[in-house]
Amino acid sequence: MSAIFNRRAATVARATLVALCALVILIPTVAMLWVRTPWARGEHRRIVQPVPFDHRIHVTGLRIDCRYCHSGVERSASAGLPSTQKCVSCHTQLWRAGSPMEPIRQSVATGRPIPWRRVTQLPDFVYFNHSIHVNKGVGCESCHGRIDQAAEVEQAAPLTMSWCVDCHRNPAPTLRPLEAVTTQGYVPPGGDRDIELAAVLMKRYQIHSLANCTTCHR
Amino acid sequence: MAAPPDALQPYPVVGALPDDGSLTRDLLGPNWSASRAWWPLFIVSGAFAVLFIVAIAFTVVKGIGVWGNNIPVAWAYGITDFVWWIGIGHAGTFISAFLLLLNQRWRASINRLAEAMTIFALVNASLFPLLHLGRPWFFYWLVPYPATTGVWPNFKSSLPWDVAAIATYFTVSLLFWYLGLIPDLAAARDAAPGLRRRRVYGVFALGWRGRAREWQHYRVAYMLFAGLATPLVISVHSIVSLDFSITQLPGWHSTIFPPYFVVGAIYSGLAMLLMLVLPVRRIFHLEEVITRRHLDNIAKLILLCGCLLAYSYVCEMFGAWYSGNVYERFAMLISRPFGPYGVLFWIMTAANVLTPHLFWSARMRTNTIVLFVAGVIIWVGMWLERFVIIAGSLSQTFLPSSWHLFIPTWVDWSLLVGSVGLFVFLFLAFLRWVPFVSVAEVKRLRLDVQRGVAERSAT
Ligand code: HEC
Ligand code: HEC
Ligand code: HEC
Ligand code: HEC
Ligand code: HEC
Repeated sequence: MSAIFNRRAATVARATLVALCALVILIPTVAMLWVRTPWARGEHRRIVQPVPFDHRIHVTGLRIDCRYCHSGVERSASAGLPSTQKCVSCHTQLWRAGSPMEPIRQSVATGRPIPWRRVTQLPDFVYFNHSIHVNKGVGCESCHGRIDQAAEVEQAAPLTMSWCVDCHRNPAPTLRPLEAVTTQGYVPPGGDRDIELAAVLMKRYQIHSLANCTTCHR
Repeated sequence: MAAPPDALQPYPVVGALPDDGSLTRDLLGPNWSASRAWWPLFIVSGAFAVLFIVAIAFTVVKGIGVWGNNIPVAWAYGITDFVWWIGIGHAGTFISAFLLLLNQRWRASINRLAEAMTIFALVNASLFPLLHLGRPWFFYWLVPYPATTGVWPNFKSSLPWDVAAIATYFTVSLLFWYLGLIPDLAAARDAAPGLRRRRVYGVFALGWRGRAREWQHYRVAYMLFAGLATPLVISVHSIVSLDFSITQLPGWHSTIFPPYFVVGAIYSGLAMLLMLVLPVRRIFHLEEVITRRHLDNIAKLILLCGCLLAYSYVCEMFGAWYSGNVYERFAMLISRPFGPYGVLFWIMTAANVLTPHLFWSARMRTNTIVLFVAGVIIWVGMWLERFVIIAGSLSQTFLPSSWHLFIPTWVDWSLLVGSVGLFVFLFLAFLRWVPFVSVAEVKRLRLDVQRGVAERSAT
């Protein structure tokens, strides 16, 4: 009986088996690592806004409080973006044609808001509320990073569920007094690990660990 | 060559078999060419498999709202079909692993068929819970893996264990089946006409030569797999049953469920095995390989399981009455027998409790027609049992104002019928291309019978 396979067949067969086993392990591992990377989460992705609004000028330079522009942040679920009227109160000389202010001028003329592009966004099936965080001493910085140093706002946190849940399970270390929620570059008076202050704030604001599914999925 | 006569064993475990060479030729023969009936059957069952796929596609695209179930009957055909199919699988493992460990040599002629039945039943079974997820592409959420959600599945629930049990069961069954196939695939490689066939069988035979050392390792591995598979016969359906009994629902919330479901599973599987073995035996003239001993033994097992199942039915009812709980009593003693699905309950009881008692008669145990019809009746009866438990219990729960009847839609029916179609389709493909009787084991059995060593342990 003539041979039905050539000499290399056994090697090829073994290599295939090993490769299959390796793939079975490798593919899920790579996938699990990939979804954790900033690229997969869309962190630090550059988003070009219609007007090159710069938080550095307005927050650091002019010392405008976040709440002046994001006025919903203490009272409602969404922080909200400022109306064109707010910009125009300072920027009165918009009429240079072709300037970066052009969309503002158009907005004033047509009455339609400036089409800002969203940077930080959760899926629709997640319920998020700014007011509870801001009123319980969680600073903007904890979730949005150093806005005062951002020429363009980027997504600063992974926004995975574990990111939310990790803080909810143990919120104490991130808390700050209410006066400091919008402060950028906040350092607790007792240094980075001010455990006493954390305990005081937990009590003062009556903070619980909210890790029930229905907290965020309603 | 027939076994020495034995007063307790009227039928030999193998009949008059030819020598090894002819045995290989006879048993592998059907793999080389299709019989006349094969193509039409293959095409018809393929059409039903297509119906299955269409129904699945429709379910996935439109969502499971196209099924008839809705609150309060949140589980209906989907879960019924799942439990039914996975139960059927159990008989295969029972025969191939359990009986191997118990040194029941007669299993040799039918274990391949039974294992194939297990695999194809599991293919069907695992589809139903996946479809029931609604968004099957997220099936991996069921698996405990380090997710970006920072939470794990609830290990106190039986559902993650269900996934683990079924996945383990499928893997072990497949590997066990394949391991058993290797010597036969090698025989097919050597006996096949044409180079192309020999190549294909050769790839799957993994270079098996039949050397003594290979056999030695093979035997050990086979036994180890049997050891792994045997507890699965018990554990898988126990876990499936816990999906029900962990709930508070009268009609589900019962401690007898695990053994009750395991017995029912083997029972339904043996019934389906009869439906497969009898035609195969007849068409391929395997009367000397699958002898009347096999039929007799399967019938006895069915009788045993049937009695145990009847006992479970009684216990279930008794437990409800004895609990003194009005809801339990209502569910088990009023709603189930006399409620909207009462007719199904009585058909189920007749089919599952009465049918097996035919097999007290030795004549009935070897009458192929009786066996086949009994197989079909029990097979259907066991589907009804799951339906009555699942949808029946859900339709009339604590709050009469929310009582609701389940009415299946065409998608429900297509999935049920289609899954049977897919099963038949796969089984026909198996008969056509895979050695469907374990040639190596039959040869060994024949040899042992000849030497007189098998009969003592081959009851
Ligand atoms: C002068 C008004 C103004 C002030 C003050 C201001 N912002 Fe903004 N902010 C904007 C505008 C306009 C945008 C939209 C354009 C952009 O994304 O850059 C924006 C965008 C953002 C975004 C991104 C929103 C998204 O889509 O995810 C964040 C986060 C943010 N601001 C945080 C802050 C914080 C924190 C402060 C205080 C430290 C602050 N802003 C102060 C006007 C302001
Ligand atoms: C409190 C007054 C004030 C408000 C309110 C304000 N700005 Fe400004 N903005 C300034 C000042 C001051 C500068 C610095 C001008 C300069 O350096 O030439 C500036 C600079 C800018 C620039 C850079 C201009 C350039 O030529 O590079 C942009 C763009 C801009 N602002 C957009 C906005 C938008 C959009 C809003 C409304 C959301 C807004 N500003 C609200 C005061 C304000
Ligand atoms: C607990 C984390 C957290 C804190 C604290 C927080 N944010 Fe946000 N912010 C988010 C998330 C998450 C979103 C996206 C919400 C969504 O998609 O529904 C968001 C969205 C925004 C947006 C854009 C869209 C909108 O209207 O909701 C602005 C502006 C914003 N935040 C500003 C602020 C400011 C200003 C503060 C501080 C006063 C602040 N945020 C504090 C997490 C936070
Ligand atoms: C840095 C810490 C921190 C992060 C990150 C955080 N939270 Fe919170 N969250 C809190 C604190 C503190 C509270 C208030 C708890 C209390 O009142 O006891 C809270 C409360 C809430 C509430 C209000 C619950 C209620 O009952 O009204 C919701 C909703 C919520 N968080 C959603 C989210 C979501 C969604 C995310 C992720 C996108 C998130 N949080 C990320 C700290 C955080
Ligand atoms: C603190 C808020 C919070 C809580 C509490 C929470 N979730 Fe989430 N969940 C989220 C956020 C935010 C996302 C979106 C994450 C993303 O986009 O990857 C999410 C996403 C999910 C997803 C989809 C995951 C994916 O990969 O798309 C599932 C499933 C889920 N949550 C289940 C749960 C369950 C179950 C619980 C209770 C054990 C729970 N969640 C509790 C915030 C929460």
